[in-house]
Amino acid sequence: MKFGILVNEGPYTHQASDTAYHFTEAALENGHTIVRVFFYHDGVNNGTRLGVPPQDDRNITTRWTALAEKYDLDMVLCVAAAQRRGVLDADEAKRAGKDTNNMAPGFNISGLGQLVEAGIQSDRLVVFGD
Amino acid sequence: MATIKKFLYVNRKPPHGTIYAQESLEVVLIGAAFDQDVSLAFIDDGVYQLLRNQNTSGIGTKNFSKTYGALGDYDVNKIYVERESLELRGLGNDELIPLTYEDEDDDWAEKDSIHVMSSEELADIIDSQDVILSF
Repeated sequence: MKFGILVNEGPYTHQASDTAYHFTEAALENGHTIVRVFFYHDGVNNGTRLGVPPQDDRNITTRWTALAEKYDLDMVLCVAAAQRRGVLDADEAKRAGKDTNNMAPGFNISGLGQLVEAGIQSDRLVVFGD
Repeated sequence: MATIKKFLYVNRKPPHGTIYAQESLEVVLIGAAFDQDVSLAFIDDGVYQLLRNQNTSGIGTKNFSKTYGALGDYDVNKIYVERESLELRGLGNDELIPLTYEDEDDDWAEKDSIHVMSSEELADIIDSQDVILSF
């Protein structure tokens, strides 16, 4: 089956990103296809590479990055939501005149159209949120 | 022929206090460019999103409620409001923003976009969808 994944909450405060991660990993391990993981609302905060959680806790961002590398996963942060919250790739940071960028490897920034497209292309769009 | 799916956006949260309602509306407007079969449902505290005469000057946030009036121009004209959610909150239909659209199949007659219905009727509509985005 082809799944689209929508993550609407940031890391750590809500379990939504953890659950989305476990669902995505299990689906891939069982031979399903993930059309795209789309991060919206505070979900874009999953894509900052500057988070430094304690060493005895999971690192949600690096875990997503590793999954993306292993399965060639398409992970997209909504550009409008990301800009609002200060998650910027190198291009966006330069355009906005910021002195640094913070997007983690494996993530891409794109528009909301990518979410709608994931809904069209997948058999099931699964929403993880509050 | 391009795939046309039935998209339902389910709005469950109040318009202010969190950003869900505002950013949900942004998805609806962007998504309209994809020519899909779009509906919106408002349930629970989500019915507050459609209250008329909203004024956010006291909390200093953007009053995006004016944007709902543009939905008809984006061919988004199936807006379902759960009757029980209105009743539980003591709200009447006349307290909602009067959303309308021009029906191109009926000589551009102006028609109501909002349909107030029972949770049972809404369940059937939810059941008939291909893609449900819940905010």
